[in-house]
Amino acid sequence: MRRLFALIALALLATLLGSCSGRGDGRTVVKFWAMGFEGEMVQRLIPEFERRHPDIRVQVQQLPITSAHEKLLTAFAGDSLPDVCAIGNTWVSEFALLDALQPLDARVAATASLRAQDYFPGAWDTGVIDGRVYAVPWYVETRLPYYRRDLLLKAGIAQPPKTWDEWKTAMAAIKREVGPDRYAALFPLNEPEPLLNLGIQADEPLLRDGGRYGNFRSPGFKRALAFYREAFERQWAPLASNTQIANVWNEFGRGYFSFYVNGPWNIAEFKKRLPAELQDTWMTMPLPGEHGPGASVAGGASFVLFRGSQRQDAAWKLIAYLSEPQTQIRFHGFTGNLPPRRESWSAPALVADPYARAFRDQLERARPAPKVPEWERIAMEIKLVGEQLANGRLTVDQAAEELDRRADRILEKRRWMLDHAAKPAAAAGEGA
Amino acid sequence: MKPSTAGWMFAAPALTVIGVFFGLPVLAALALSLTDFDIYSLAHIENLRFVGFDNYLNLLRNPLFWKALGNTLYFVVVGVPLSIAVSLGAALLLNSKLGAFKPFFRTAFFAPVVTTVVAVAVIWRYLLHTRYGLINWGLSALGIDPVDWLGDPHWAMPSIILFAVWKNFGYNMIIFLAGLQAIPEDLYEAARIDGASASRQFRHITLPILGPVLLMVSILTLAGYFQLFAEPYVMTQGGPLQSTVSVLYLMYEEGFKWWNLGNASAVAFLLFVLMTATTSALMWLARRKGIE
Repeated sequence: MRRLFALIALALLATLLGSCSGRGDGRTVVKFWAMGFEGEMVQRLIPEFERRHPDIRVQVQQLPITSAHEKLLTAFAGDSLPDVCAIGNTWVSEFALLDALQPLDARVAATASLRAQDYFPGAWDTGVIDGRVYAVPWYVETRLPYYRRDLLLKAGIAQPPKTWDEWKTAMAAIKREVGPDRYAALFPLNEPEPLLNLGIQADEPLLRDGGRYGNFRSPGFKRALAFYREAFERQWAPLASNTQIANVWNEFGRGYFSFYVNGPWNIAEFKKRLPAELQDTWMTMPLPGEHGPGASVAGGASFVLFRGSQRQDAAWKLIAYLSEPQTQIRFHGFTGNLPPRRESWSAPALVADPYARAFRDQLERARPAPKVPEWERIAMEIKLVGEQLANGRLTVDQAAEELDRRADRILEKRRWMLDHAAKPAAAAGEGA
Repeated sequence: MKPSTAGWMFAAPALTVIGVFFGLPVLAALALSLTDFDIYSLAHIENLRFVGFDNYLNLLRNPLFWKALGNTLYFVVVGVPLSIAVSLGAALLLNSKLGAFKPFFRTAFFAPVVTTVVAVAVIWRYLLHTRYGLINWGLSALGIDPVDWLGDPHWAMPSIILFAVWKNFGYNMIIFLAGLQAIPEDLYEAARIDGASASRQFRHITLPILGPVLLMVSILTLAGYFQLFAEPYVMTQGGPLQSTVSVLYLMYEEGFKWWNLGNASAVAFLLFVLMTATTSALMWLARRKGIE
């Protein structure tokens, strides 16, 4: 019993202390949630902001990436969302649908330093739902191949491939050169991105009828599936996931594979992890497309203002500050994340970085993933069906049909909702 | 005050706690499993549909559910007897008079139980690595080609079973050890005088007396193994080709990754029914054989 009293006393004390720290000094407190490593690094930018705005104090809370989505949904359900947050840009549609986000069009228009045209179009578009701006990109990422220059040269490939056909030729040549125990490329089977990035190059959208049905049976997506399957069939790529390859960077250094499709964070990793004698041997290149450099998915994180926030003006000032080109360049220096604005890219650090050049080029062509809340789940099905395709369990036609079937099942509720919402509107229209 | 009232009053706090934190959630989950509660319903409650038993029917029509069920049963059918055999073997070794360093081995065998799954999974992933793993290295010394333990759909579940058995056998071992130490020594003495061999002593003395312990351990292990989740979650993420997706893993993905709480509740109740049926069958069998 005494233990229980002690516990209660402790809890009371904690509550008291908690309320004390919240009382503050009369300044407006803006609560800002950010994910992962970025959440840690962004704190270094806060003092400058607080110096410029002495009446505002920023409270940064760092969320672990893996549980951030759950935590945000829980906070939404419990009505305890912060003022501003940086969320994955594929989540914007979901939170917009939950009616948790504040539309930003008026604020964007009123903020001179934040010019929408300066952003890469694909990145900006990720925050636009049904014509309204709900999110401002913080950093963007897109995936493209890292490759081994020396191994390509050894195989007789002088220029990095630009089209799928050239890529196939290059992979075949490398495979001949390295033999049966090594491979030309790594497309990790536990990620949807390699296949998705090929598929998004198609002229047809990934979902049709306003996101009501899957559109994976389109000729364009089927060609992507065929390319993907061929890479495994001809053993250009190993049937392996990232987790099976204990250390991707080491294996890349050992020449286990020559092309590795991955994101910008690996620039820093390769610089750090590859031995000095290998530093001149690797480079980045734009993702090949069917006819010349192709499109890819615009990923990354974006700032959102939550509707329930009482301090939206102060929170918006924070977004505006963090979106300034100068701030973004500093942030790039801390994290290696790629800024979403063209103006930031004229900074010497980015201009001089040869590895960033291919990303700069590809960002102009990056496209947002379909903006439906179910997208993450559909992407997971792309991963699973892609794995079966790579293992030769499905043909290209079967994989396309299977994907459509799974996507349609996942989108069933969405169709019902859209029809449901359309009916009263139609009735109102008839009445008028 | 009547004695019965006093009894209820003493029990009331505990019953309230059980009711609020156990009874209510179960009832709520049951209700939830009859609806299509999801992210849309979280936004507006009008988006919630009462679907009756559709969740259950859809699950029974979903190939992935059957695959998950098959994987779970595979894990239970192979893993439970193996786990019990290994723990009994270890307990017999520790109980034998010939053994040396007993406290050390007792601690060593029990150590995996108290370590966290995630920490040891990292080590096991290295042991099972196709090209650099210790296990394949040992096999190659015997002239056996390397096996892609976690990457080959045929080997992934056996690898998980191996890992789970290693992780868990220490717990049952301690229970068996207690059971073994409770067997009176003079029974063995009498058997030895009658000329019974070691294996006959085991069959006619050790096993029958251990019967109730064996039943309890079986039920505990069965219940635990039906809830396979952490091992595939950290070792394989359900892959390759979904060969290690278990029923509970499916429930986790449905409920907490995709927020289809209606569907996830239905999965939970189906698993509950399955476990109840299996345990009851085991109890019935034991009762018929006179163990208990």
